[in-house]
Amino acid sequence: MGRVLAVIIWILTALSVLLFVSKKWWFPASISEHGPALDRQFMITLVIVGISFTAAQVGLGWVVWKYRDTGKPGDRGLYTHGSNKLEMVWTVITAVVFITLGVMGQSVWASLRLNDVPPGSYSVEVVAQQFQWNFHYPGKDGVFGRTDPKLIDDGALNFIGLDASDPNAKDDSVTAALAVPVNRPVELRLRSKDVIHNFWVPPLRFKQDLVPGMEIKVHFTPTKVGRYELACAELCGQLHFKMKSYMLVLPDDELNALKVLSQEQFQARMGELIAKYPVISN
Amino acid sequence: MSGETHEGVHRHPAPTGFIRKYIFSLDHKVIGIQYIILALAAVLVGMTMSLLMRLKLSWPDHGWSLLGALFPGGAPNGVMNPEFYLSLVTMHGTIMVFFVLTTAPQGGFGNYFLPIQIGAEDMAFPLLNMMSFWVTLVGFVVILAAIFFSGAESTVGPIGGWTGYAPLSALGAIAGPGQGMGMNLWIISIAIFCVGSLLGALNFITTLLNMRTKGMSLMRMPLTCWAWFTTAVLALLSFPVLLGGGILLLLDRVAGTSFFIPGGLYVSGVLSGSTANFPLHTGGSPILWQHLFWFFGHPEVYIAILPGMGATSHILATFARKPVFGYRAMVFAIFAIGLLGFFVWGHHMFISGMSPYSAIAFSVLTLSIGVPSAVKTFNWLGTLWGGRIRFTCAMLFALGFVSLFVAGGISGLILGQSSLDLAMHDTYIVPAHFHLVMGVASIFGMFAALYFWFPKMFGRYMNETIGKFHFWVTFIGVYCIFVPMHVMGLVGMPRRYSQFTEYEFLHGLHPLVLFVSISAIITITVQLVFYFNVIWSIFKGAKAPDNAWDATTLEWNTASPPPHDNFAGILPTVYHGPYEFAVPGAPNDFVMQTDAAVEVPSGNGHNGHKH
Repeated sequence: MGRVLAVIIWILTALSVLLFVSKKWWFPASISEHGPALDRQFMITLVIVGISFTAAQVGLGWVVWKYRDTGKPGDRGLYTHGSNKLEMVWTVITAVVFITLGVMGQSVWASLRLNDVPPGSYSVEVVAQQFQWNFHYPGKDGVFGRTDPKLIDDGALNFIGLDASDPNAKDDSVTAALAVPVNRPVELRLRSKDVIHNFWVPPLRFKQDLVPGMEIKVHFTPTKVGRYELACAELCGQLHFKMKSYMLVLPDDELNALKVLSQEQFQARMGELIAKYPVISN
Repeated sequence: MSGETHEGVHRHPAPTGFIRKYIFSLDHKVIGIQYIILALAAVLVGMTMSLLMRLKLSWPDHGWSLLGALFPGGAPNGVMNPEFYLSLVTMHGTIMVFFVLTTAPQGGFGNYFLPIQIGAEDMAFPLLNMMSFWVTLVGFVVILAAIFFSGAESTVGPIGGWTGYAPLSALGAIAGPGQGMGMNLWIISIAIFCVGSLLGALNFITTLLNMRTKGMSLMRMPLTCWAWFTTAVLALLSFPVLLGGGILLLLDRVAGTSFFIPGGLYVSGVLSGSTANFPLHTGGSPILWQHLFWFFGHPEVYIAILPGMGATSHILATFARKPVFGYRAMVFAIFAIGLLGFFVWGHHMFISGMSPYSAIAFSVLTLSIGVPSAVKTFNWLGTLWGGRIRFTCAMLFALGFVSLFVAGGISGLILGQSSLDLAMHDTYIVPAHFHLVMGVASIFGMFAALYFWFPKMFGRYMNETIGKFHFWVTFIGVYCIFVPMHVMGLVGMPRRYSQFTEYEFLHGLHPLVLFVSISAIITITVQLVFYFNVIWSIFKGAKAPDNAWDATTLEWNTASPPPHDNFAGILPTVYHGPYEFAVPGAPNDFVMQTDAAVEVPSGNGHNGHKH
């Protein structure tokens, strides 16, 4: 029974490791400036996790194989209550490895969240609701028009409550998809109309909750042109599974031409760009 | 303290009559069994729900005719709608975490065996003990009611997940189906559960500190007792916060307060304050709910696992026929896990909008909590090393606990890092992690405990052949179910989606989704064999002697089942530590704690051995 248990544990361990090592199902290629650093930290962590997992399971299998009771009369186990020295050694080693990993695991986070949005960033306001995304662009003047919840009227398609009487709002566009420039810092100003949602684009290696009552500013720099799926990643109600949109990362010329368009033209052009760029999903 | 006797303090005569003996019983042993039965019923409900979830995820458009007949609102023509799925998610999580993982390990086995293992006649407060069970049972009835009284939508309850984040949980029916009356019942059920849990916690702590028999010093207690004690302290400190948060949430829903609801909301076409349905709210913070919930929620996961760790240590030593390796270190590790468990709740909230600075603090603390867990794992391996291992069913499940705890715990190293959580939050690697490390490992701890203590509770062994079949299928099955979920997470699959049809990046995962579902169907089905074994063995199992396993602790010194006062009027006196196996020169390979005749080297089992 001990030998069988050891073998089964080892087989399960090998298959589990194989599942990862084969990379048959794996991260999509990263498309952000911080992506490679995040992926590096991820790989270091996965290697440590893999080694620890394997060592523990192999060790468990080994002890149950080697120390199974073979029924010899009078044969007893080793009488020991432990070893303080060993406790010290393995506690210190574990603490050093885990805490080092923990400290290393802060650097990408710090670079993205502890710094202000870089000047000259391209800004978009994101307003989430059950169950669609609304992206608010400042238009030619580069200034976001005023919004007010009292002006929201979903039926009249004023999803974000844009104040038509504000001159800055005249050139603004509000669409269902996100367009951003490649290789430039992007600032998203995240808001929500109703419940908590979450902005998640897997290849971007970035997600953030959109919290009602807060405006949360985040930034990242996309590095690869293309169309990427945007999924909501915080349970927001029954249609959470299809609160879908796209993030279009565009070359400078296309984005510069787009951002000065007015609402109707903007929307039409977004449709064309979405048709132009196929979805990159891995 | 250990020298005191407690005659006359709360000795009560043995009950007569069926109701007093088996229903409204003050006897901690009966109450323990009642908790175990509650958990066995709850886990059946929880597993059925997870089975339905797997069916929806794998075959989202299939019509299951039985389901359509039972729930025409939630599954018209047998096709589960999204809110039905989300209700299953919510109720599965709530029922499993509260009514399974927070009942059987502590209220079940802890209630039954803590007093006996420390040499007491009963818990300190038998009446409170009885109340804690019945209050918990009422909570269970209320959560079941949430399934059937969720309103015209005929969902299977509220849809906010077991975490119930505001404002989705706070806004009422306007936020979604099931979020009306069903959500109110959910909150009430959890509040009732909090009260039941607090009553229990008081009992455990007082009993352990005050009622140990002569010679039972703290460092001679079995590790099970240390685990139950620490769990009770965690419960005492964390459940009140959940209760408070739940009350605030209920007030937001029914009394127009704004603890968690900010102003200016526009929900389902309605502006806050513009209609009677949606009163004016202002100034609330959704993140506050998360802080309150997770301040409880993180200690809760240690409440769920610590008793299993205690049982595993106990059972590994017993069947390896060796003392626990590093008893003192194990006690400190339990404390460290309990203490650090209060400082890490923010790792559930890295991207919640809370301060990114606090995220850093929570993250580093979270990685530190892996250290005492690793120490326990090394000590379990050390206990086995040099042993003479007997592979009973209890032992198999305890060994399975070690394997699964490592498998599940190790992904904590990924999720605990803020930089990595930036990508992995709310993806499938999260349920992969917590199901393995909390759900499955904990269940294995309970299985181990049941196979181990069954002969003490019922005087008969469970059937070992059926038990071994149960072990193999379940052990392999849970690996097959939860390891693939890790890679689903790496790909980016989000949690709480009722189907994966809408995104191209998820289509390639379909074979894995099917594999997980089929593994789950098999594993869940085989649990029926376990239920059969339990019931059959109570009546027909092979008779067991009082010391069914040649074990050492106090419960094995008394009859099976123990008499009403546990020790037939004569409280035991303790001479040794709890794990004196393989003592050189002793007549047997085990020395019971009460065995005055045998000399144990190095001071009768007190720690302070020098090796």
